[in-house]
Amino acid sequence: MTTAERSKANPKTADFGASLTFDLSRPGRRGVLLPEPDVPQAELPEPRFLRSDLELPELSQNQVVRYFLGLSRLNYGVDTGFYPLGSCTMKYNPRVNEDVGRLPGFTLVHPLQPQATIQGALAVLHQLQSALAAITGMDSIGLAPAAGAQGELCGILMIKTYLEERGESDRRRKVLIPDSAHGTNPATAAMCGFEVVTIPSDRVGNTDMAALESALDDGVAAMMLTLPSTLGLFDPNIERIAETLHRHGALLYGDGANQNAFLGRARFGDLGFDVVHLNLHKTFSTPHGGGGPGAGPVCVKAKLAPYLPAPVVEADGDTYRLATPERSIGKTTAFHGSFGVLVRALTYIRSLGAEGLRAVSENAVINANYVLARLRGAYHLPYDHPCMHEVVFSGSRQRAKGVKTLDIAKRLIDYGFHPPTIYFPLIVDEALMVEPTESEGKEALDAFCEAMLAIAREAKEEPELVRGAPYQAPLRRLDEATAARRPYLRWRAPAQGESA
Amino acid sequence: MIIPPDLRYTKEHEWVRLADGPSAGSGQAIGTVGITDYAQDQLGDIVYVSLPEAGKQLTQLAVFGEIESVKAVSELYSPVTGKVVEPNQALTDSPELINESPYEQGWLMKVRLADESEIHKLLTAEQYSDYIEREGE
Repeated sequence: MTTAERSKANPKTADFGASLTFDLSRPGRRGVLLPEPDVPQAELPEPRFLRSDLELPELSQNQVVRYFLGLSRLNYGVDTGFYPLGSCTMKYNPRVNEDVGRLPGFTLVHPLQPQATIQGALAVLHQLQSALAAITGMDSIGLAPAAGAQGELCGILMIKTYLEERGESDRRRKVLIPDSAHGTNPATAAMCGFEVVTIPSDRVGNTDMAALESALDDGVAAMMLTLPSTLGLFDPNIERIAETLHRHGALLYGDGANQNAFLGRARFGDLGFDVVHLNLHKTFSTPHGGGGPGAGPVCVKAKLAPYLPAPVVEADGDTYRLATPERSIGKTTAFHGSFGVLVRALTYIRSLGAEGLRAVSENAVINANYVLARLRGAYHLPYDHPCMHEVVFSGSRQRAKGVKTLDIAKRLIDYGFHPPTIYFPLIVDEALMVEPTESEGKEALDAFCEAMLAIAREAKEEPELVRGAPYQAPLRRLDEATAARRPYLRWRAPAQGESA
Repeated sequence: MIIPPDLRYTKEHEWVRLADGPSAGSGQAIGTVGITDYAQDQLGDIVYVSLPEAGKQLTQLAVFGEIESVKAVSELYSPVTGKVVEPNQALTDSPELINESPYEQGWLMKVRLADESEIHKLLTAEQYSDYIEREGE
């Protein structure tokens, strides 16, 4: 096939995305037939609450079903294929999680029911608290935060409150953050009013200990550290880092986004962390992406337990109750957080057991190192040593030939794979961050590696082909720059005679 | 990569150009600030830039704004100490000017310098060229 032939959009799906339900609308069409009312009609609300300018689309029921089913068939998810999106841990979500999560005892309870009638649901939360405490080596767990970033916010707010009560908050104004950190870390520290101080990585990609020592003084509140780092490296100095911080009266915050790498192998608490958040939708296989509910429990040492976000579940023998810790930073979500997600996470933990969780991290690390070994000849590996659960390549060799990392990612779509994370971490030029997770067997990893090797060859021999990708996707290369520069924030009906 | 010889550069990839003329040396010098061709190429398509308003005080090598591309958000560092005279309003609607013309239409702001001698702490074109060559390795 020539480049020109490939450049024609996939005919099966070519017109998708062009039409909206509004475009299919015809006046008077209805999706449901409502029965005649058999009760007296109520007064309509005040006219100011009634709007006639919404121009809602009018469609038949089968049009609506076909429209949305058609869109859903364009979806790519972990249920349709390999999804190596680095730092996001897009692992397979076992169906048993859904079986349990959909039990009527969990789905039909109401958060305002008397606690005596929801003892089973509270027992689940309490068991999950205990399981996460055992896994992380921390003393107390708050399940309320609805996502990783909210867990971070809670963690740093707790540190802030702790320092206030010790009378140290006026001078401890700084939070240290490595240059490889997730962007949420500095955002969290800044939101809590701290000054962010960036700590560089050393030559091998770990925390630069000399830079850390020189940044430390009695003005430092905490350091936020991701373990293993976003480079997929387990910092061998971690205990020394914790000890150094504590010597200066500062706390160590752990970003647990990468917990999948050492599940059942090491514990944040034993390594010297004071507070850590977990991402249940990453490590503990709850549904993930699309903006759906996540859960970012915050796990703390005893000295921070009084500040946990409310509620926490306390047990008195066989009786469970919701409690607000005495100096809680407050509520972060309505009611009890993402309860359905928490049920699924406990199901995952209980169905795998301790040995199963150890096998998760082992397979996640082996899979990432397999990809590292197969691709290191074709793609530059800036930190060239064995990795943990993810591997970060650089597209710098391909870039020298005029093919950017973005082009490689788009070309992977033609080979049927979700692209890896690109341009992160920021300290790697043209970064390509691959996280296979433990879910994939050797065949899937080989197919992905073959595609990556084929793209590396194409970048050398047929760079134009890679630069024009994707060819097989419903839509060709999207204009991300214009979408960001001049976003359409609201749909408007095209004027008469104008095309949509 | 274009590196005009008459500008001075920071290691964070900003440039400053001093206007010639009667004000030079009088404590009234106006400098124009932007990011380099290398910086715009590394960032990729720029979609938004956040600039200080006129009158804002700047400190040499301190953050004065943010620039966002399709890849990432980066901080902008002022090459000089002084006061903002005028941010480039055209960038609000057309941030792509920074990609298309980093040294002319894509300038970020004009600054009244507090101390012209600070310019000598910045890199010359030749030093900047060597610096980005080393950084690329």
